[in-house]
This record gives sequence, structure tokens and C-alpha cells, in this order.
Amino acid sequence: MSITLKALKKSPWVFHVNTGACNNCDIEILDCLTPRFDIERFGIVLVGSIRHADVLLISGPVTKNTLPRLIRLYEQAPKPIKVIVVGACGCSCGIFRDGYNIVGPVDKYLPVDAYVPGCPPKPEAIIAGVVKVLNTLG
Amino acid sequence: MDILRPILYYAIFPGFIFSAVVGLLTTWVDRKVTARVQWRVGPPWYQPFADTVKLIGKEVVIPANARRTGFLMMPVIGLAAATLASTILWIVNLDPSKSFVGDSLVVIYIMTIPAVSMIIGASASGNPLGILGASREMKLLFSYELPLIISVLTAIVKVGSFSFKNILAYQSEHGVIIWSISGIIAFIVAILCAQAKLTFVPFDIPEAETELAGGSHIEYSGVALAVVRLNMAIMFFVLPIFLITIFWGGISFDGWRILTSIVKYVVIVVIMVLIKNTNPRVRIDQAVRFFWGPMFILALAAIILAKLGL
Ligand code: SF4
Repeated sequence: MSITLKALKKSPWVFHVNTGACNNCDIEILDCLTPRFDIERFGIVLVGSIRHADVLLISGPVTKNTLPRLIRLYEQAPKPIKVIVVGACGCSCGIFRDGYNIVGPVDKYLPVDAYVPGCPPKPEAIIAGVVKVLNTLG
Repeated sequence: MDILRPILYYAIFPGFIFSAVVGLLTTWVDRKVTARVQWRVGPPWYQPFADTVKLIGKEVVIPANARRTGFLMMPVIGLAAATLASTILWIVNLDPSKSFVGDSLVVIYIMTIPAVSMIIGASASGNPLGILGASREMKLLFSYELPLIISVLTAIVKVGSFSFKNILAYQSEHGVIIWSISGIIAFIVAILCAQAKLTFVPFDIPEAETELAGGSHIEYSGVALAVVRLNMAIMFFVLPIFLITIFWGGISFDGWRILTSIVKYVVIVVIMVLIKNTNPRVRIDQAVRFFWGPMFILALAAIILAKLGL
């Protein structure tokens, strides 16, 4: 494994996108930053610009409006980029499955590296998802 | 060998490698203290190094409507300037006889180049948020430069000379400048200006993570972002050293004074981090009013007191 990939495992910067989630998953994601879980211990920080991101964290089912933005975000991100889907909605559309504006789960459009199911998933589960993604790096 | 020596000074010690390593360690102190203030554990000591190495391995994206040359050149120029400032300060501190006339002013000028290069780089990025960040950075630069220069002038008036050598010699003879009334006022003004120079909260208006999403460095990625962050790390290293040299008797490596030097440095860094963690971000108009109003008046008062010999 190259040294830059090793460093990537130690400092994954996360960019968080909400593609139509009910906002509960987003609150659980923010929980990871609180003193109780403190994921900055592992070098994980939330960044404000997609250009700084190593991990694209997506919550929610893809809606008609967010689909072009989601794909654009993925294209704008500097590679290598990993994609994590948080919540039952992102994995399978969840309770919004029959919604009139839903165009499908995230993996219909982007290559997803890890799914974190749950409605909403616990912060522990989100951290476990991130660890699994980092392990796919080798 | 004589030709090589300046290059070695600039590239290794006390130039680029040394400043980069200590600067990155300083950003770790910043993150760790921030974490402790928020009752968290915080990242391990090698975190800034891991970040930098990782960024080197990432793709560099150049936005379609960016000006390529300006966008990529400017962080490098800023880095070169920050390194130069650090080199001059350290050489003067370690060997005062290498000081030249007016070097304190030269260092002040060089220290503005990273900010200017950031302004140009962000304007070249073609991103509206980046350009907004650049315009705010410019206003901030205009507002803090004046009180900073006047507070440094306080020390210069006290000493009666522009060169670091005489400033250091005066302090080892008459006691450090910070322990006089004018000195402490000027020091307070200068540390707040340094806060703005580093774009730390409460003056992180050009970057404003939650509002401009990174502002002036929003479009940088990969190696370019690594250079931008190194640039800020080195500035975070240079400014406390500059303040120590002007107001607090300088840095020295012989015997026990190495310990007091480190203590001085850490004290100033922690003060800055605590200011950063206990204040909300101000608006740009509030920042300009703050620096041109109270800070300017305080700095003027300090210079008058210094003239009166206090
Ligand atoms: S998975 Fe549940 S909590 Fe998360 S966005 Fe969907 S409905 Fe909301």
C-alpha cells in the first residue's frame, strides 16, 4: 500500500450531502462529532467544500431535484473518493419508496462503497461504516 | 560552500523543512487544545502530517473557469514568502550579528505576502464564494495592517532602532518590552492583529467554514490545498516568533534559555487558540471598525506612552 493511501486511512475528510433525507440521519451524523464519540480522534473531520473531500457521505433517497446535483458533486470531487450511504432511505429508499418524486436509491447512480442501514442508524454504526470503507483501501 | 549556505538556511534549517515541521506541530497543538476546550480527546500528534501526505496523493482539480497560472502559482509564492520570513527571524534570533538595517520592517512586509497571494489565488479560482472570500480577506488586510505596524513601531520608538539586533540587545539590557505599560498595550494590539492575520476566529471572515464553505481556499484540492495549509501552518509558526522577538526578548538555543523560549512560544500559541475558541465570528464591517477604532487608538496611546518613556 502506498504511503498516501496509508495517510488517507488516517485522515479521511468527509463531505456530507443530504439528497432528500428527513434530517434525522443528518442529526445522527453530527452526533459523531460530539464529545461522546469525537471522531476527530481518528482524523475524521467534516469539510465544507467538495474539493477537500475524501469521503462522500450521503443520506436520504435520491429525489428528482437532487439527482443532477448529486452526480455533479461526485464528478467535482478529487479522486480517490469513497461513497458511504447512511440510513435506510439511501440504501433502499426506506419509507419514501413510493414517493412521487423519488428516483431510486443512491447505488442506482453512484458506485457505493458502504451501506449503513437503520432509520436512523446509531452513531456507532456510522463509525463502523467508515471503518469498513477505510479497510477497503487495503 | 559559501554559496550553498543561504540555500541550506532557506531549505532546511531554519527555513522550509524546520518551519514546516514545527508549524504543522503547532496546528496540532491548536486542534488538541480546541478539542480539550470542547471536552473532546482530539487528534493524535501526527494528524497534520497525515493530512499533508494524504493531500499530496489526491487529484488536483482545476475548475473550468479558473485562471490556471494564478490559481496554482499563488499558494507557492505565499509559501515561499512565509518561509523567507521564518528564515530571517530565526537567523536573526540565533545570531544577532547577521541582522541588517530595517529587517523588522522587511519581515512585516514579507508577512503580508501570504495574505495577498491568497487574495489573488482565490480571485483566480472563478468560484463566487472564493471571490467573496478574497474580497473579505482584502478588507481584513487593510484593517489589521495599520494597528499591527503601529504597535510594532512602539517597540521601535522605545529602542530607537529598526533592526532586530538592537531590539534584542535593548531587551537583554533593559528588560523585555512587554513588561512596560506601553509594551503590554502594544502587545495586546499585536496579538489581536496576529489573530486576524492568521484568519482565526473571531476574524475567520474570509474562510467562514459555515458560511462560505472555506471561502478563499474553497477550490483548492490535492497538492495545492496541501501547500495552502502548509502556508497557514508556517504563518502560525512565524507570527508568535515575531511577537516574541519584538516584545518578549527573542528566542535562544543556548543552555536553559531554550526551555524559556519554548515556554514563551507555547504560551502565545495557547493564548491565540483560547481567543479562537471563546469568541464568535464577527462581521467584516465589525472587524474593520474594531481595528480602525479601538485598536488603532490603543496602538497610538502605546506609541505616545513609549515616547514619554513609560
Ligand atoms: S433513514 Fe430514516 S431517519 Fe434516515 S432519512 Fe430516512 S427516514 Fe429519515
